[in-house]
Amino acid sequence: MPVDMDIVDIIIAQLEKITPPGTRITPQSSIMGDLGLDSLTVMNFVMWLEDIFDISVPMDQIVEVESIADLAEALQKLGAKANS
Amino acid sequence: MSILDKFTPLAEARKGLAGLGADPFAVTFDSVSSPAEATIDGRPVLILGSNNYLGLTFDADVIADGLAALEKFGSGTTGSRIANGTFGGHHALERRIAEVFRRKHALTFSTGYQANLGMLMTLVGKDDTLLIDADSHASIYDGARMAAGQVIRFRHNDPDDLARRLRRLEGAPGETLVVIEGIYSMLGDRAPVAEIAAVKREHGVTLLVDEAHSFGVLGPNGLGAMEEAGVYDDADFIVGTFSKSLGSVGGYCVSDLDGFEILRLACRPYMFTASLPPSVIATTLKALDHVENRPELRQRLAANADRLYSGLAKAGFKLGAQVSPIVSVRLPDIPVAAAFWGALLAEGVYVNLALPPATPTLEPLLRTSVTAAHSFAQIDRAIAAIVAVGNRLGVIGADAVSSAQ
Repeated sequence: MPVDMDIVDIIIAQLEKITPPGTRITPQSSIMGDLGLDSLTVMNFVMWLEDIFDISVPMDQIVEVESIADLAEALQKLGAKANS
Repeated sequence: MSILDKFTPLAEARKGLAGLGADPFAVTFDSVSSPAEATIDGRPVLILGSNNYLGLTFDADVIADGLAALEKFGSGTTGSRIANGTFGGHHALERRIAEVFRRKHALTFSTGYQANLGMLMTLVGKDDTLLIDADSHASIYDGARMAAGQVIRFRHNDPDDLARRLRRLEGAPGETLVVIEGIYSMLGDRAPVAEIAAVKREHGVTLLVDEAHSFGVLGPNGLGAMEEAGVYDDADFIVGTFSKSLGSVGGYCVSDLDGFEILRLACRPYMFTASLPPSVIATTLKALDHVENRPELRQRLAANADRLYSGLAKAGFKLGAQVSPIVSVRLPDIPVAAAFWGALLAEGVYVNLALPPATPTLEPLLRTSVTAAHSFAQIDRAIAAIVAVGNRLGVIGADAVSSAQ
Protein backbone atom coordinates (compact mmCIF):
# COMPACT_ATOMS: atom_id res chain seq x y z
CA MET A 1 0.00 0.00 0.00
CA PRO A 2 1.22 3.55 -0.66
CA VAL A 3 2.69 5.39 2.29
CA ASP A 4 0.19 7.82 3.82
CA MET A 5 1.94 11.18 3.52
CA ASP A 6 -0.17 12.61 6.34
CA ILE A 7 1.40 10.08 8.71
CA VAL A 8 4.83 11.04 7.35
CA ASP A 9 4.03 14.72 8.04
CA ILE A 10 3.01 13.97 11.63
CA ILE A 11 6.26 12.06 12.20
CA ILE A 12 8.37 14.85 10.68
CA ALA A 13 6.57 17.54 12.70
CA GLN A 14 7.37 15.68 15.89
CA LEU A 15 10.98 14.96 14.90
CA GLU A 16 11.50 18.69 14.31
CA LYS A 17 10.83 19.21 18.02
CA ILE A 18 13.63 16.87 19.12
CA THR A 19 16.33 17.64 16.53
CA PRO A 20 18.50 20.79 16.33
CA PRO A 21 16.75 23.74 14.60
CA GLY A 22 17.29 23.71 10.84
CA THR A 23 17.85 19.93 10.60
CA ARG A 24 16.75 18.80 7.10
CA ILE A 25 14.21 16.01 7.52
CA THR A 26 12.73 14.16 4.53
CA PRO A 27 10.74 10.91 4.25
CA GLN A 28 14.00 9.22 3.25
CA SER A 29 15.99 10.48 6.26
CA SER A 30 17.43 7.66 8.35
CA ILE A 31 16.18 8.20 11.90
CA MET A 32 19.29 6.98 13.73
CA GLY A 33 21.86 7.77 11.00
CA ASP A 34 20.90 11.16 9.47
CA LEU A 35 19.16 12.66 12.47
CA GLY A 36 21.72 11.42 14.98
CA LEU A 37 19.12 10.35 17.55
CA ASP A 38 20.24 7.87 20.21
CA SER A 39 18.31 4.66 20.81
CA LEU A 40 16.69 5.91 24.05
CA THR A 41 15.33 9.00 22.31
CA VAL A 42 14.01 6.92 19.41
CA MET A 43 12.24 4.53 21.81
CA ASN A 44 10.57 7.43 23.63
CA PHE A 45 9.67 9.03 20.30
CA VAL A 46 7.97 5.79 19.19
CA MET A 47 5.98 5.72 22.44
CA TRP A 48 4.72 9.22 21.66
CA LEU A 49 3.61 8.05 18.18
CA GLU A 50 1.88 5.05 19.77
CA ASP A 51 -0.22 7.47 21.86
CA ILE A 52 -1.05 9.67 18.86
CA PHE A 53 -2.23 6.75 16.73
CA ASP A 54 -3.53 4.57 19.59
CA ILE A 55 -1.50 1.54 18.54
CA SER A 56 1.31 -0.54 20.09
CA VAL A 57 4.40 -1.13 17.98
CA PRO A 58 6.04 -4.51 18.68
CA MET A 59 9.77 -4.19 19.40
CA ASP A 60 10.90 -6.34 16.45
CA GLN A 61 9.17 -3.94 14.07
CA ILE A 62 10.98 -0.92 15.53
CA VAL A 63 14.32 -2.63 14.91
CA GLU A 64 13.53 -3.05 11.20
CA VAL A 65 12.75 0.63 10.69
CA GLU A 66 15.45 2.70 8.95
CA SER A 67 13.82 5.74 7.35
CA ILE A 68 10.85 7.90 8.23
CA ALA A 69 8.93 6.36 5.31
CA ASP A 70 9.63 2.87 6.73
CA LEU A 71 8.30 4.01 10.10
CA ALA A 72 5.15 5.50 8.52
CA GLU A 73 4.55 2.25 6.64
CA ALA A 74 5.00 0.16 9.80
CA LEU A 75 2.56 2.39 11.73
CA GLN A 76 0.06 2.22 8.87
CA LYS A 77 0.18 -1.59 8.82
CA LEU A 78 -0.54 -1.57 12.56
CA GLY A 79 -3.69 0.44 11.87
CA ALA A 80 -2.47 4.04 12.29
CA LYS A 81 -4.70 6.67 10.67
CA ALA A 82 -3.59 10.27 10.25
CA ASN A 83 -6.99 11.67 11.21
CA SER A 84 -7.41 9.58 14.38
CA MET B 1 38.38 -5.65 7.90
CA SER B 2 37.66 -7.72 10.98
CA ILE B 3 34.54 -9.32 12.37
CA LEU B 4 35.09 -7.09 15.40
CA ASP B 5 34.98 -3.81 13.43
CA LYS B 6 31.34 -3.25 14.36
CA PHE B 7 32.44 -2.65 17.95
CA THR B 8 34.68 0.29 17.04
CA PRO B 9 32.19 2.91 18.36
CA LEU B 10 31.93 1.00 21.66
CA ALA B 11 35.72 0.71 21.90
CA GLU B 12 36.04 4.45 21.25
CA ALA B 13 33.50 5.21 23.97
CA ARG B 14 35.44 3.10 26.43
CA LYS B 15 38.71 4.80 25.48
CA GLY B 16 37.00 8.16 25.97
CA LEU B 17 35.95 7.13 29.46
CA ALA B 18 39.47 6.03 30.38
CA GLY B 19 40.68 9.41 29.05
CA LEU B 20 38.44 11.08 31.63
CA GLY B 21 40.35 9.28 34.37
CA ALA B 22 37.79 6.55 35.06
CA ASP B 23 37.83 2.97 33.95
CA PRO B 24 35.09 1.26 35.98
CA PHE B 25 35.39 -1.87 33.86
CA ALA B 26 38.96 -2.37 35.08
CA VAL B 27 38.15 -2.37 38.80
CA THR B 28 39.49 -5.47 40.51
CA PHE B 29 39.05 -6.24 44.17
CA ASP B 30 42.28 -7.88 45.29
CA SER B 31 40.92 -8.75 48.72
CA VAL B 32 37.54 -8.58 50.42
CA SER B 33 37.37 -8.68 54.22
CA SER B 34 33.66 -8.05 54.88
CA PRO B 35 30.47 -7.10 53.01
CA ALA B 36 31.56 -3.48 53.44
CA GLU B 37 35.35 -3.53 53.10
CA ALA B 38 37.83 -4.53 50.41
CA THR B 39 41.08 -3.45 48.82
CA ILE B 40 41.58 -2.23 45.26
CA ASP B 41 45.17 -1.86 44.02
CA GLY B 42 46.29 -2.54 47.58
CA ARG B 43 44.29 0.39 49.01
CA PRO B 44 41.38 -0.08 51.43
CA VAL B 45 37.94 0.92 50.15
CA LEU B 46 34.48 1.10 51.63
CA ILE B 47 32.13 -0.91 49.39
CA LEU B 48 29.04 1.18 48.68
CA GLY B 49 27.86 -0.68 45.60
CA SER B 50 27.42 -4.44 45.97
CA ASN B 51 23.73 -5.61 46.03
CA ASN B 52 24.85 -7.56 49.14
CA TYR B 53 21.72 -6.25 50.88
CA LEU B 54 21.69 -8.39 54.00
CA GLY B 55 25.48 -8.61 54.26
CA LEU B 56 25.46 -12.41 54.46
CA THR B 57 28.54 -13.21 52.35
CA PHE B 58 30.80 -13.52 55.40
CA ASP B 59 28.25 -14.98 57.82
CA ALA B 60 29.98 -17.71 59.84
CA ASP B 61 27.14 -20.25 59.51
CA VAL B 62 26.81 -19.63 55.78
CA ILE B 63 30.54 -20.22 55.29
CA ALA B 64 30.54 -23.32 57.53
CA ASP B 65 27.70 -24.92 55.55
CA GLY B 66 29.40 -24.06 52.26
CA LEU B 67 32.68 -25.63 53.40
CA ALA B 68 30.93 -28.78 54.62
CA ALA B 69 29.12 -29.22 51.28
CA LEU B 70 32.35 -28.58 49.37
CA GLU B 71 34.07 -31.37 51.31
CA LYS B 72 31.16 -33.77 51.13
CA PHE B 73 30.09 -33.32 47.49
CA GLY B 74 33.14 -31.85 45.75
CA SER B 75 33.73 -28.62 43.87
CA GLY B 76 31.06 -28.90 41.19
CA THR B 77 28.37 -31.08 39.63
CA THR B 78 30.01 -31.15 36.17
CA GLY B 79 26.62 -31.60 34.57
CA SER B 80 23.24 -30.16 33.73
CA ARG B 81 20.06 -30.67 35.72
CA ILE B 82 18.65 -33.08 33.09
CA ALA B 83 21.78 -35.26 33.07
CA ASN B 84 24.18 -35.86 35.97
CA GLY B 85 23.82 -32.41 37.60
CA THR B 86 20.90 -32.99 39.99
CA PHE B 87 22.02 -33.75 43.55
CA GLY B 88 19.81 -34.02 46.62
CA GLY B 89 20.70 -30.44 47.49
CA HIS B 90 19.10 -29.08 44.30
CA HIS B 91 15.77 -30.68 45.23
CA ALA B 92 16.14 -29.52 48.84
CA LEU B 93 16.78 -25.93 47.72
CA GLU B 94 13.81 -25.96 45.34
CA ARG B 95 11.53 -27.30 48.09
CA ARG B 96 12.86 -24.67 50.50
CA ILE B 97 12.42 -21.78 48.03
CA ALA B 98 8.85 -22.91 47.33
CA GLU B 99 8.18 -23.11 51.08
CA VAL B 100 9.61 -19.63 51.76
CA PHE B 101 7.49 -18.14 48.94
CA ARG B 102 4.39 -20.22 49.87
CA ARG B 103 4.14 -21.51 46.30
CA LYS B 104 3.77 -25.10 45.06
CA HIS B 105 6.61 -25.10 42.58
CA ALA B 106 10.15 -23.77 42.30
CA LEU B 107 12.74 -24.03 39.56
CA THR B 108 16.35 -23.02 40.15
CA PHE B 109 18.72 -21.67 37.51
CA SER B 110 22.48 -21.24 37.49
CA THR B 111 22.17 -17.42 37.39
CA GLY B 112 19.42 -14.85 37.83
CA TYR B 113 20.00 -13.71 34.25
CA GLN B 114 19.24 -17.21 33.03
CA ALA B 115 16.07 -17.34 35.15
CA ASN B 116 14.59 -14.36 33.28
CA LEU B 117 15.95 -15.51 29.94
CA GLY B 118 14.55 -19.00 30.48
CA MET B 119 11.14 -18.04 31.81
CA LEU B 120 10.35 -15.38 29.21
CA MET B 121 11.57 -17.27 26.15
CA THR B 122 9.79 -20.45 27.28
CA LEU B 123 6.47 -18.99 28.46
CA VAL B 124 5.85 -16.71 25.48
CA GLY B 125 4.94 -18.77 22.42
CA LYS B 126 4.40 -17.46 18.92
CA ASP B 127 0.74 -16.47 19.40
CA ASP B 128 1.34 -14.94 22.82
CA THR B 129 2.17 -11.32 23.67
CA LEU B 130 4.77 -10.15 26.16
CA LEU B 131 4.45 -6.71 27.76
CA ILE B 132 7.54 -5.42 29.53
CA ASP B 133 8.24 -2.23 31.48
CA ALA B 134 10.43 0.10 29.40
CA ASP B 135 13.06 0.24 32.18
CA SER B 136 13.42 -3.54 32.46
CA HIS B 137 16.75 -5.19 33.21
CA ALA B 138 18.85 -6.52 30.32
CA SER B 139 17.93 -10.11 31.23
CA ILE B 140 14.25 -9.28 30.61
CA TYR B 141 15.02 -7.55 27.32
CA ASP B 142 17.16 -10.50 26.24
CA GLY B 143 14.50 -13.05 27.27
CA ALA B 144 12.01 -10.95 25.29
CA ARG B 145 14.24 -11.03 22.21
CA MET B 146 14.36 -14.81 22.40
CA ALA B 147 10.61 -15.18 22.89
CA ALA B 148 8.65 -16.27 19.81
CA GLY B 149 5.71 -13.91 20.40
CA GLN B 150 5.28 -10.16 20.00
CA VAL B 151 7.00 -7.92 22.54
CA ILE B 152 5.49 -4.58 23.53
CA ARG B 153 7.00 -2.07 25.94
CA PHE B 154 4.88 0.03 28.28
CA ARG B 155 5.97 3.26 29.96
CA HIS B 156 8.01 2.74 33.10
CA ASN B 157 5.84 2.28 36.21
CA ASP B 158 2.73 3.46 34.32
CA PRO B 159 -0.32 1.25 35.02
CA ASP B 160 -2.52 3.45 32.77
CA ASP B 161 -0.21 2.95 29.80
CA LEU B 162 -0.19 -0.79 30.53
CA ALA B 163 -4.01 -0.80 30.63
CA ARG B 164 -4.20 1.13 27.33
CA ARG B 165 -1.93 -1.41 25.65
CA LEU B 166 -3.92 -4.33 27.07
CA ARG B 167 -7.12 -2.78 25.68
CA ARG B 168 -5.49 -2.56 22.24
CA LEU B 169 -4.75 -6.29 22.47
CA GLU B 170 -8.37 -7.29 23.11
CA GLY B 171 -9.33 -10.05 20.69
CA ALA B 172 -5.71 -10.97 19.92
CA PRO B 173 -5.01 -14.70 19.94
CA GLY B 174 -2.88 -16.35 22.61
CA GLU B 175 -1.99 -15.47 26.18
CA THR B 176 -0.57 -12.20 27.49
CA LEU B 177 2.31 -12.07 29.97
CA VAL B 178 3.12 -8.84 31.81
CA VAL B 179 6.59 -8.49 33.35
CA ILE B 180 7.58 -5.99 36.03
CA GLU B 181 10.32 -5.67 38.64
CA GLY B 182 9.73 -5.08 42.36
CA ILE B 183 12.61 -2.60 42.68
CA TYR B 184 14.28 -1.25 39.55
CA SER B 185 18.02 -1.60 39.76
CA MET B 186 19.20 1.74 38.39
CA LEU B 187 17.25 4.30 40.46
CA GLY B 188 15.92 2.02 43.20
CA ASP B 189 12.30 2.93 42.52
CA ARG B 190 9.52 0.42 43.29
CA ALA B 191 6.87 -0.65 40.81
CA PRO B 192 3.33 0.54 41.68
CA VAL B 193 2.47 -3.12 42.19
CA ALA B 194 -1.01 -2.65 43.71
CA GLU B 195 -2.16 -0.64 40.68
CA ILE B 196 -0.50 -3.02 38.23
CA ALA B 197 -2.09 -6.02 40.01
CA ALA B 198 -5.50 -4.33 39.62
CA VAL B 199 -4.90 -3.90 35.86
CA LYS B 200 -3.78 -7.51 35.67
CA ARG B 201 -6.98 -8.72 37.36
CA GLU B 202 -9.20 -6.53 35.21
CA HIS B 203 -7.72 -7.86 31.97
CA GLY B 204 -7.20 -11.45 33.13
CA VAL B 205 -3.57 -11.61 32.05
CA THR B 206 -0.60 -13.44 33.58
CA LEU B 207 1.87 -11.49 35.75
CA LEU B 208 5.55 -12.26 36.31
CA VAL B 209 7.36 -10.17 38.91
CA ASP B 210 11.14 -10.03 39.13
CA GLU B 211 11.94 -9.50 42.82
CA ALA B 212 15.74 -9.70 42.32
CA HIS B 213 16.40 -6.47 44.23
CA SER B 214 13.42 -6.71 46.61
CA PHE B 215 13.52 -10.27 48.00
CA GLY B 216 14.92 -10.13 51.53
CA VAL B 217 14.44 -6.36 51.39
CA LEU B 218 10.70 -5.51 51.23
CA GLY B 219 7.60 -6.98 52.85
CA PRO B 220 6.76 -8.31 56.33
CA ASN B 221 8.49 -11.62 55.49
CA GLY B 222 10.99 -10.16 53.04
CA LEU B 223 9.18 -11.68 50.04
CA GLY B 224 9.39 -8.48 48.02
CA ALA B 225 7.33 -5.61 46.64
CA MET B 226 4.19 -7.68 46.01
CA GLU B 227 4.09 -8.81 49.63
CA GLU B 228 4.80 -5.30 50.88
CA ALA B 229 1.81 -3.93 48.93
CA GLY B 230 -0.57 -6.70 50.01
CA VAL B 231 -1.04 -8.11 46.48
CA TYR B 232 1.24 -11.10 46.87
CA ASP B 233 -1.25 -13.59 45.39
CA ASP B 234 -1.48 -11.64 42.13
CA ALA B 235 2.02 -12.71 41.04
CA ASP B 236 1.58 -15.81 38.87
CA PHE B 237 5.35 -16.15 38.66
CA ILE B 238 8.04 -14.67 40.89
CA VAL B 239 11.58 -14.65 39.53
CA GLY B 240 14.62 -13.78 41.58
CA THR B 241 18.28 -14.29 42.23
CA PHE B 242 20.50 -15.81 44.91
CA SER B 243 23.20 -13.26 44.12
CA LYS B 244 21.91 -10.23 46.03
CA SER B 245 20.28 -10.59 49.47
CA LEU B 246 21.25 -14.29 49.59
CA GLY B 247 24.91 -13.60 48.86
CA SER B 248 25.67 -16.46 46.44
CA VAL B 249 24.80 -16.99 42.78
CA GLY B 250 21.88 -18.53 40.91
CA GLY B 251 18.28 -17.75 40.05
CA TYR B 252 14.79 -19.12 40.62
CA CYS B 253 11.18 -18.97 39.58
CA VAL B 254 8.28 -19.93 41.84
CA SER B 255 4.64 -20.44 40.90
CA ASP B 256 1.38 -22.08 41.95
CA LEU B 257 0.39 -22.78 38.36
CA ASP B 258 -0.57 -26.40 37.65
CA GLY B 259 1.67 -27.98 35.04
CA PHE B 260 4.67 -25.84 36.02
CA GLU B 261 6.99 -28.86 36.39
CA ILE B 262 6.99 -29.53 32.61
CA LEU B 263 9.24 -26.47 32.28
CA ARG B 264 12.10 -28.71 33.42
CA LEU B 265 11.87 -30.31 29.98
CA ALA B 266 11.05 -27.19 27.97
CA CYS B 267 13.16 -24.38 29.38
CA ARG B 268 16.49 -24.47 27.59
CA PRO B 269 18.47 -22.08 29.88
CA TYR B 270 17.47 -24.43 32.73
CA MET B 271 18.31 -27.61 30.81
CA PHE B 272 21.48 -26.94 28.89
CA THR B 273 23.89 -25.48 31.44
CA ALA B 274 25.82 -26.86 34.41
CA SER B 275 23.81 -26.89 37.62
CA LEU B 276 24.82 -24.91 40.72
CA PRO B 277 27.78 -26.31 42.71
CA PRO B 278 26.81 -28.03 46.01
CA SER B 279 28.62 -25.39 48.08
CA VAL B 280 26.47 -22.66 46.50
CA ILE B 281 23.33 -24.67 47.23
CA ALA B 282 24.41 -25.01 50.87
CA THR B 283 25.24 -21.33 51.41
CA THR B 284 21.98 -20.30 49.75
CA LEU B 285 19.96 -22.62 51.98
CA LYS B 286 21.60 -21.17 55.09
CA ALA B 287 21.09 -17.60 53.85
CA LEU B 288 17.36 -18.37 53.39
CA ASP B 289 17.23 -19.33 57.09
CA HIS B 290 18.62 -15.89 57.93
CA VAL B 291 16.02 -14.14 55.76
CA GLU B 292 13.30 -16.03 57.62
CA ASN B 293 14.68 -15.86 61.16
CA ARG B 294 16.41 -12.49 61.31
CA PRO B 295 13.97 -9.70 60.37
CA GLU B 296 16.35 -7.34 62.18
CA LEU B 297 18.62 -7.55 59.12
CA ARG B 298 15.86 -5.96 56.99
CA GLN B 299 15.27 -3.30 59.63
CA ARG B 300 18.98 -2.50 59.74
CA LEU B 301 19.10 -2.34 55.93
CA ALA B 302 16.10 0.02 55.85
CA ALA B 303 17.70 2.27 58.49
CA ASN B 304 20.94 2.39 56.49
CA ALA B 305 19.08 3.13 53.26
CA ASP B 306 17.18 5.93 54.94
CA ARG B 307 20.35 7.42 56.41
CA LEU B 308 22.20 7.46 53.08
CA TYR B 309 19.22 8.72 51.06
CA SER B 310 18.30 11.50 53.48
CA GLY B 311 21.93 12.52 53.94
CA LEU B 312 22.45 12.92 50.19
CA ALA B 313 19.03 14.51 49.62
CA LYS B 314 19.69 17.04 52.40
CA ALA B 315 23.02 17.91 50.78
CA GLY B 316 21.09 18.80 47.61
CA PHE B 317 21.84 15.91 45.28
CA LYS B 318 19.37 14.85 42.63
CA LEU B 319 18.34 11.28 43.55
CA GLY B 320 15.81 8.63 42.58
CA ALA B 321 12.20 9.17 43.64
CA GLN B 322 12.04 6.72 46.55
CA VAL B 323 14.16 5.58 49.47
CA SER B 324 15.49 2.08 48.85
CA PRO B 325 18.78 0.24 49.41
CA ILE B 326 19.75 1.49 45.93
CA VAL B 327 20.51 5.20 46.13
CA SER B 328 21.56 6.75 42.83
CA VAL B 329 22.98 10.23 42.35
CA ARG B 330 21.81 11.62 39.00
CA LEU B 331 24.48 13.60 37.18
CA PRO B 332 24.33 15.90 34.17
CA ASP B 333 26.87 14.29 31.86
CA ILE B 334 29.45 11.54 31.44
CA PRO B 335 32.60 13.64 32.05
CA VAL B 336 31.24 14.84 35.41
CA ALA B 337 30.09 11.32 36.33
CA ALA B 338 33.47 9.81 35.42
CA ALA B 339 35.36 12.46 37.39
CA PHE B 340 33.00 11.98 40.36
CA TRP B 341 33.42 8.20 40.32
CA GLY B 342 37.23 8.41 40.06
CA ALA B 343 37.48 11.01 42.84
CA LEU B 344 35.35 8.88 45.17
CA LEU B 345 37.52 5.85 44.55
CA ALA B 346 40.59 7.97 45.35
CA GLU B 347 38.82 8.90 48.62
CA GLY B 348 38.41 5.19 49.36
CA VAL B 349 34.70 4.85 48.52
CA TYR B 350 33.68 2.39 45.81
CA VAL B 351 30.34 2.98 44.04
CA ASN B 352 28.97 1.78 40.69
CA LEU B 353 29.16 4.05 37.66
CA ALA B 354 26.09 3.50 35.45
CA LEU B 355 26.10 5.02 31.99
CA PRO B 356 23.45 5.40 29.28
CA PRO B 357 22.01 3.38 27.54
CA ALA B 358 22.01 1.14 30.64
CA THR B 359 20.35 3.99 32.55
CA PRO B 360 16.65 4.94 32.21
CA THR B 361 17.43 8.41 30.83
CA LEU B 362 20.49 10.04 29.29
CA GLU B 363 21.68 10.99 32.79
CA PRO B 364 24.63 8.93 34.03
CA LEU B 365 24.30 7.66 37.59
CA LEU B 366 26.57 7.14 40.54
CA ARG B 367 24.76 4.07 41.78
CA THR B 368 25.27 3.21 45.42
CA SER B 369 23.74 0.43 47.44
CA VAL B 370 23.79 -0.18 51.15
CA THR B 371 23.90 -3.41 53.11
CA ALA B 372 22.69 -4.35 56.58
CA ALA B 373 26.39 -4.84 57.38
CA HIS B 374 27.22 -1.13 57.04
CA SER B 375 27.60 0.78 60.30
CA PHE B 376 26.14 4.28 60.60
CA ALA B 377 29.74 5.50 60.88
CA GLN B 378 30.52 3.98 57.48
CA ILE B 379 27.38 5.47 55.91
CA ASP B 380 28.26 8.88 57.36
CA ARG B 381 31.82 8.62 56.03
CA ALA B 382 30.44 7.82 52.57
CA ILE B 383 28.03 10.78 52.69
CA ALA B 384 30.86 13.11 53.72
CA ALA B 385 33.06 11.89 50.85
CA ILE B 386 30.25 12.17 48.28
CA VAL B 387 29.32 15.67 49.47
CA ALA B 388 32.97 16.81 49.43
CA VAL B 389 33.51 15.58 45.86
CA GLY B 390 30.10 16.92 44.77
CA ASN B 391 30.99 20.37 46.11
CA ARG B 392 34.36 20.28 44.38
CA LEU B 393 32.72 19.39 41.06
CA GLY B 394 29.91 21.89 41.53
CA VAL B 395 27.07 19.40 41.02
CA ILE B 396 25.16 20.20 44.20
CA GLY B 397 22.80 23.09 44.03
CA ALA B 398 19.48 24.67 43.25
CA ASP B 399 19.15 22.93 39.89
CA ALA B 400 20.02 19.51 41.30
CA VAL B 401 17.06 19.03 43.65
CA SER B 402 15.82 15.53 44.40
CA SER B 403 12.89 14.74 42.13
CA ALA B 404 11.10 11.92 40.39
CA GLN B 405 11.88 13.08 36.86
